[in-house]
Amino acid sequence: MRKLLSNWVQQIVFLGPAILFYSVIIVMPFAFGVFYSFTNWNGVSGNIDWIGFDNFRAILTNDKGFFQSFWFTTRFMLISVVLTNLLGFSIAFILSKSIKSRNLLRTIFFMPNVLGGLLLGFIWKFVFIQGFSSIGKLTNIDFFSLPWLGTENTAFWGLVIVFTWHQAGYLMVIYIAGLANIPTEMLEAANIDGANAWQKLHRIVIPLIMPVVTVCMFLAIAWAFKMFDLNFSLTKGGPYNSSESLAMNIYTEAFINNRYGMGTAKAIIFFIVVATVTSIQVSLTKKREVDI
Amino acid sequence: MKSKFQLYRMLIIEIAMIMLALVFLSPFYFVFVNSVKSMGDILLNAASLPKNLIWDNYSHAWEELQFATSFKNNILIAVFANIGLVAISSMAAYRLVRKRSRTNRVLSYIFLAAMVIPFQSIMIPLVKVASWFHLVKSIHGIVVSYFGFGVALSIFLFQGFIKSIPLEIEESAAIDGSSVYGIFWRIVFPLLRPMTVTVILLNTLWVWNDFLLPLIMLPTKNLRTIQLSINSLFGEYFNQWDIALAALVMGIVPLLIFFLALQRQIIEGISAGAVKG
Repeated sequence: MRKLLSNWVQQIVFLGPAILFYSVIIVMPFAFGVFYSFTNWNGVSGNIDWIGFDNFRAILTNDKGFFQSFWFTTRFMLISVVLTNLLGFSIAFILSKSIKSRNLLRTIFFMPNVLGGLLLGFIWKFVFIQGFSSIGKLTNIDFFSLPWLGTENTAFWGLVIVFTWHQAGYLMVIYIAGLANIPTEMLEAANIDGANAWQKLHRIVIPLIMPVVTVCMFLAIAWAFKMFDLNFSLTKGGPYNSSESLAMNIYTEAFINNRYGMGTAKAIIFFIVVATVTSIQVSLTKKREVDI
Repeated sequence: MKSKFQLYRMLIIEIAMIMLALVFLSPFYFVFVNSVKSMGDILLNAASLPKNLIWDNYSHAWEELQFATSFKNNILIAVFANIGLVAISSMAAYRLVRKRSRTNRVLSYIFLAAMVIPFQSIMIPLVKVASWFHLVKSIHGIVVSYFGFGVALSIFLFQGFIKSIPLEIEESAAIDGSSVYGIFWRIVFPLLRPMTVTVILLNTLWVWNDFLLPLIMLPTKNLRTIQLSINSLFGEYFNQWDIALAALVMGIVPLLIFFLALQRQIIEGISAGAVKG
């Protein structure tokens, strides 16, 4: 009997604080979010009317902006996830060979990740608008003289470039660790059997780092879907909302249009989409994981 | 013994990597170099080195950002969020690993689920809930919020590490009459040091750079963090790059120094967390 009580006390002492803060900050707001999405709450007033699925119906049938943001975010995610993983993996792969300046290079490639929030976007805003145009004038290369961030296309690719620059280093670090875990005997045996570089990469390296690929793709997809700070500071959704991510759309709906009920409805849809996509991705890549 | 061909190839690859690294560093170059130029010089040629060094940009930016206050707020939030997260998460992770009841296994997954929930899905109701618990408009309030947001990742990282601590150490301490709490704080926690360092580094990076949560929870001027101050400066001084860049430099330098001083541990921490988990 005493053991049972002391067990309970231990559970509360060790897990209590974590459960408490988690419930107050994450679980409760999430639950309330679900509730508010069925109302017409505007964030301030006392009258909140239950309107059932009206918000959801409006979003799915009437909201062009939402679908534009959805499509934008999807395109952004697909391209960015591929680019960041390719770049991160390639740099990791090259740095896994014995190059003299390896540690210095590793630090430099990770450094972009230290910037965050609005600073990242504002710095690159300057680079795109002033820096690129100066380079364009000096070198006469057309690429730099484009009206960066001023057109739908340049805004999209501007975001992709900054996102890739920012996140590739983080993924590179994870890939380096994964590559280090590949037993060298296997690669040596493949050499003796006469395998060329492509075969080694394709048949040995990639299958063996699949667990790391799972993690990196999961992270990249989650980051790309949730991107807000960069969007807000680099393009603010412009020009004319053409580069508005889902996260920005929700923020605008709630805090600028003051339609909190609608905003939380969008946020719930957002959550379902992110959870679904990441679950599918993790189960797909986990199937391809190979145990040594 | 490597052939000459292979040595040349390595050299070319190394040079290519160094050039890529320089390209990676170029945004930093642009920001630092132009932050001491006059507005006219910036517009003229953003790629050139400065002719005269205009330090006024910095004193102007310091005032506009109320840098002393913003920096102090950032430090307070980062320090207390870390202390809390380390204590709360290490205890929770310990219990979850050592007592594998069905409840605890379910709890592990529930904590993990938080990593998928986008901030936007919680931020709107969060303000309401937070105001019920008197958490808005205060430093302690936002620190508590970071506890809630941070436990998921921190518990995950600690769990992985605790699994590798042999039970015999704890068992012999128990035989010697130590209580569970004594075992944890005097024996297990000190052993967690490498992971504690990792958790602190990773949490500091995201808490310091956070924008949205302070935006909705710290509306008053004297509670602003650096991110919020920069946001308001950019709203006002929209195209005045001379002062804006000086402000940006001041915003990134603290974390850059932090990173460069601890870069080995930060990088090792990320790989340990991702590969072990």
